[in-house]
Amino acid sequence: MNFIVCVKQVPDTTEVEVDRESGTIIREGVPSILNPFDEFALNEAIRVKEKTGGRITVLSMGPPQAQEALRKCLAIGADEAILLTDQAFAGSDTWATSFTLARAVEKLGKYDLIFCGQQATDGDTAQVGPELARQLNIPQMTYVESIEEIDDGSVICKKETDGGYQRVKSGLPALLAFISTPAFEPKIPSIMEVMGAKSKTLSQWGIDDLGDEDGDYGLDGSPTQVIRVYSPPQRGEGVIIEEPPEVAVDKLIEYLESEGII
Amino acid sequence: MIKVDQEKCTTCGICVDICPVSAIEISEGVISIDRGSCTLCGVCVSVCPVNAISIKRKAKTEDTSGYKNVWVFTEVASGTLKPVVFELLGKGRELADKLDQKLCAVIIGSGADKFIDELGAYGAELIYMVDDPIYENYSTDAYTSAISQLITEFKPNIFLYGATHVGRDLAPSVASNLGLGLTADCTDLSIEEEDNLLLQTRPAFGGNVMADIICPNTRPQMATVRPNVMEPLAPDENREYEVIERKISIPSRSVRTKILETISGREEHEVGVEEGDCVISGGRGMGSADKFEVLDELAGLLSGVVGCSRPIVELGWIPKSRQVGQSGKTVSPRLYIACGISGAIQHQVGIRNSDIIIAINKDPKAPIFDIADFGVVGDLHQIIPRLIDRLKKR
Ligand SMILES: Cc1cc2nc3c(=O)[nH]c(=O)nc-3n(C[C@H](O)[C@H](O)[C@H](O)COP(=O)(O)OP(=O)(O)OC[C@H]3O[C@@H](n4cnc5c(N)ncnc54)[C@H](O)[C@@H]3O)c2cc1C
Ligand SMILES: Nc1ncnc2c1ncn2[C@@H]1O[C@H](COP(=O)(O)O)[C@@H](O)[C@H]1O
Repeated sequence: MNFIVCVKQVPDTTEVEVDRESGTIIREGVPSILNPFDEFALNEAIRVKEKTGGRITVLSMGPPQAQEALRKCLAIGADEAILLTDQAFAGSDTWATSFTLARAVEKLGKYDLIFCGQQATDGDTAQVGPELARQLNIPQMTYVESIEEIDDGSVICKKETDGGYQRVKSGLPALLAFISTPAFEPKIPSIMEVMGAKSKTLSQWGIDDLGDEDGDYGLDGSPTQVIRVYSPPQRGEGVIIEEPPEVAVDKLIEYLESEGII
Repeated sequence: MIKVDQEKCTTCGICVDICPVSAIEISEGVISIDRGSCTLCGVCVSVCPVNAISIKRKAKTEDTSGYKNVWVFTEVASGTLKPVVFELLGKGRELADKLDQKLCAVIIGSGADKFIDELGAYGAELIYMVDDPIYENYSTDAYTSAISQLITEFKPNIFLYGATHVGRDLAPSVASNLGLGLTADCTDLSIEEEDNLLLQTRPAFGGNVMADIICPNTRPQMATVRPNVMEPLAPDENREYEVIERKISIPSRSVRTKILETISGREEHEVGVEEGDCVISGGRGMGSADKFEVLDELAGLLSGVVGCSRPIVELGWIPKSRQVGQSGKTVSPRLYIACGISGAIQHQVGIRNSDIIIAINKDPKAPIFDIADFGVVGDLHQIIPRLIDRLKKR
């Protein structure tokens, strides 16, 4: 079976700090990581491939340095990687991103399943997966936790809903967007695997490889426009008390009253 | 294309410092932008004090003038309307009034008519109803088709969805289907004075920044909206409304996914953490699973719901759907109480938008106190039972 995993390199948002004076983000020294949800999705793809056999292609759109994330995917167990990188792709919103990914998937040809993360931790939109599915006109399942069964024609997934879980079946090809399970431990590739990854193919495709020059690429192809970015209002200084339990509870009650909660 | 007008530029360097990808440089007294790393995010444009930087966008030619009214997607779950629907109607009312347009609800389902009175009472003037057994359970395919058809026929100006599991599955599917812009998980919406566009505000980068987004060239302007941040109107049964019913039949084979089993993760009608107006979370400091009963009791007294930090899910004490934080749920309640939670950054990003954060932790150095509005340093096993006693006596 042919699996495509869409991955994104993101800044480690937990390391992002905001300069309280200027209100700007301090990006210096913030490491780039493989989006955690995508890493989980890739691991699911590897787990499934162990049973079904086949080939895993990781696909990413991003600047040249996103190669790092793809190398990591190859070391973890992907067979081949493709980076979509071109000046023309810069400034893409979710629509333009899914448009571009869709062209690449079409160029790749036959596939059975596309794996996405539920969301990328930088933008947190959770839109690229469903938008890509619709561009390709294939069924989608979002908030997927695991693949329970798969055969030549169909897949059964366990997915989270607002109220619990569902087991859902879909024909193939299909697109799955993964959340992660609490038990998931990212795999740290061995030296051998890292070395082995060097001999795997990592290609770069630009707009000429995808064709459709008047397509909705990059900023021009993006219907949404970010017009302002600013830091959120800082939370005021809090009150911290350290008192014996009775007194502490008195003060807590007082506070709840003063805020109109009780 | 991004351009710097060197005549206007004073090389003050603000853009150099603010560029998120370090693509701007001053060398030999001129600003230069490295096109290779620039992502055209536009941050520099918005901070330049002399408007020397510009980005040129390709104008879309589509005629947007015929699109009117504010639509709200009506999500039904286990036989009731989701609370976010009322919140969207509350916000939608404000937007519609500002634009002098109508507020409309879209309800798709099987037996959908039983909700229309309620939708009317909460402010919908016009209700578009599609009623057919095929819509009994939510499916991406059937709902996307029905909504796409309604949009094409009735041309709404704005279309809001709750940022719930269903909303975040459906809205991007519709957006992609019709080639529309879509803004995810908004925490504020307003109408821009100058051009009457919908100004959509949302957090990004784990809540470290806020972004204002517009969608000038496609209609409807679509957004998913985070539950619990908008205010519903007080219901009024005397509000008048009109219903437009459309028969949209979808062949069942065009629904390509099939629900085999539904496993309830919680009691019926129980509220999810992301919808709670008061969320009380416990962390590893709770000590053991049975101690969470105390939190349930406190939640009962404060009309709250119980959430938790990640280790609690890993320990299997509470289901994953109640985990708060980066790899769990983002919450924005009026009141968040963190009990025995250290407040690691991954937890903090999920609670930043709460109105009030109260923390109870015995370690005065716990990072949770950095973002708490009211922090109590002490043993939660002594504090919470006393708090419960006091609340009961009131
Ligand atoms: C990629 C990634 C994603 C993650 N996503 C999430 C996420 O979504 N949500 C999340 O929560 N975490 C997440 N984490 C984990 C996070 O980094 C922390 O490990 C976790 O939040 C810690 O949980 P805790 O505060 O319950 O436990 P601890 O850090 O062990 O803290 C327990 C606290 O309880 C206090 N305490 C103990 N006994 C008492 C007592 N009797 N009375 C009062 N206080 C007491 C202690 O002082 C301590 O501060 C993620 C981590 C990674 C790497
Ligand atoms: N630039 C990209 N390249 C490849 N995949 C992407 C890209 N952006 C988003 N995705 C995929 O879409 C998912 C959702 O991303 P988002 O909609 O940005 O939250 C991610 O987890 C990835 O699987």
